[in-house]
Amino acid sequence: MAKKRTEPDRPIQMRHPIIAEGHTPATVTDQISAVVLTKTPRWWYVGFAVAFSLVMVLFMALAQLFVKGVGIWGLNNPVNWGFAIINFVWWIGIGHAGTLISAILLLLRQNWRNSINRFAEAMTLFAVACAGLFPLIHMGRPWRFYYMLPIPNTFDLWPQFRSPLIWDVFAVTTYALVSALFWYVGLIPDLATLRDRAKNKFAQHAYGILAAGWRGSSRHWHNYEVASMLLAGLATPLVVSVHTVVSFDFAASQLPGWHATIFPPYFVAGAVFAGFAMVITLAVPLRALFGLNDFITLRHLQNMAKVMLATGMVVSYGYAIEIFMAWYSGNGFEQFMITNRIGGPYKYAWFALILCNVLSIQLLWFKRVRKSVPMLFVVAMFVNVGMWLERFVIIVTSLHRDFLPSSWDMYSGTRWDWATYVGTIGLFLALMFLFIRFLPMISIFEMRMILPEADEVKEGKK
Amino acid sequence: MNDRATGLELQGYLAEFGGPNRMLRAIELVKKAGYERVEAYSPYPIEEISHALGAHSKLPWIVLAGGITGALSGWALQYFTSVHAYPMNIGGKPFNSWPAFIVVIFEMTILFAAFAAVLGMFALNGLPRPYHPLFNVERFALASKDRYFLYILADDPKFDLKRTWDLLEKTECSEVTAVED
Repeated sequence: MAKKRTEPDRPIQMRHPIIAEGHTPATVTDQISAVVLTKTPRWWYVGFAVAFSLVMVLFMALAQLFVKGVGIWGLNNPVNWGFAIINFVWWIGIGHAGTLISAILLLLRQNWRNSINRFAEAMTLFAVACAGLFPLIHMGRPWRFYYMLPIPNTFDLWPQFRSPLIWDVFAVTTYALVSALFWYVGLIPDLATLRDRAKNKFAQHAYGILAAGWRGSSRHWHNYEVASMLLAGLATPLVVSVHTVVSFDFAASQLPGWHATIFPPYFVAGAVFAGFAMVITLAVPLRALFGLNDFITLRHLQNMAKVMLATGMVVSYGYAIEIFMAWYSGNGFEQFMITNRIGGPYKYAWFALILCNVLSIQLLWFKRVRKSVPMLFVVAMFVNVGMWLERFVIIVTSLHRDFLPSSWDMYSGTRWDWATYVGTIGLFLALMFLFIRFLPMISIFEMRMILPEADEVKEGKK
Repeated sequence: MNDRATGLELQGYLAEFGGPNRMLRAIELVKKAGYERVEAYSPYPIEEISHALGAHSKLPWIVLAGGITGALSGWALQYFTSVHAYPMNIGGKPFNSWPAFIVVIFEMTILFAAFAAVLGMFALNGLPRPYHPLFNVERFALASKDRYFLYILADDPKFDLKRTWDLLEKTECSEVTAVED
């Protein structure tokens, strides 16, 4: 380290490199594909077993739900929307960082994203899978879910296209499909690498079929790059629209606490905030377990911490504006909702939310904290919890004391609510474990692009 | 160009390079010699190579067409269901209440355009293609790792068994292979 400090004209990004020194296309390829192609480490079995047993908890909760109905949940008459919508919004928000990293940072040519975009996109896909489960199961008759789709039927019924709930169906379905496409397209060149490097016949065939005959010719790459840029350009407005539409589910109603014009930007910022927290939560153990510190460097973690701080401040601004608007509107119901939220029976949830989402992130102003991996992990965990609490507070405190005091009631999740929630965390982790085992969790070809060798083309050496 | 002994047909010559700039210089040479059916393979996208080989993509137009189709079908779906198939009076709004239709039109635009981008990319690249003569060359597996390959196809009008081989040998390549099928 001392030697490096004596070199004054070393550019800044070299001091915090996005990829450790001494790597070539061969070492990058070997090291990342080895994670997939070598023997399964023992901790993977342990981790997958834990995650998979939580998936069993999910199945149990779902079986109970399908047999007995939504009565097993803690819903009551003022609070008709409980854990299902809280978890839906929480999961879909987590997904947004993946799209942000893969699309917006690609358009902005932030090449440090190349080492985290792949697993962030996988995270998006799995988070959307968990999110999509909740609107399906919260219906009284989930096997009739296709009623939401515009399918010709013998009743001559059609969806009501002026309802935000139908917009949500289209937004989330489009988001899931486009995320899957984007992810698969990003994987194709790496699947070809695995096809060419796999030793056993089954793996060769499986990766070969998925790679669809990719050969990396200049024409392939040219069309591929155009397709990636166009997909990024399409995914960017899409990701903003998805959480905007999710916020319409609330904002288009007339309930104090929901009916607010700030909801779309505030929800989008919250989604990115939650998503980056989850990326840090996943990146920290992954880089340690697979020895990928060369590729996911401190610079990545610091950059993500900065995005988390910025979006966290936008979310904090949203909280402040909600309180301000309640006062400024002069509307008694709005004011009651805020005083009830801060001083009512759910005040602990609100204070915990402020602690997690507003106070804990202030630590990220300090470089010492941003450079400390354990501290970053702790702050990210606070934000994961905080964003769940945010949705809980928005949904429950707005609903449980409505306009008519005779219908007021308290809400809390039952053990089946919690089992379903914990079960989806298990589903998410189990899918993540399968992903890191069978697919390269870092984009190999995009790592080759940021190596010094790729720069030499421009300099004309070698 | 049938080889009587093996029954294999010559597809072209493949030259292997250790670095992108060596291949770029070879491309210049080959292009100057007048070869048209030339293809270059690299482990990651290199703009200069695509440029040197004159690659251009029709994909943006395909995606635009996809997007427009998506927008129109999004609106047509809502117009048909809300005006003809199941008209509902919602708060006195007109049946064709287009401002409320914008969200679904937008999502359908993105959905169709994204599918057009991916399917278009596959079609333009001739994928999926499970078999290709190049896969017969053992060292070609390194094209997805760290080696660079230049391929002159045998159906090029200027292709000549000896002169093309010599031309490739003259470049900074490490090896020239005949690709057969």
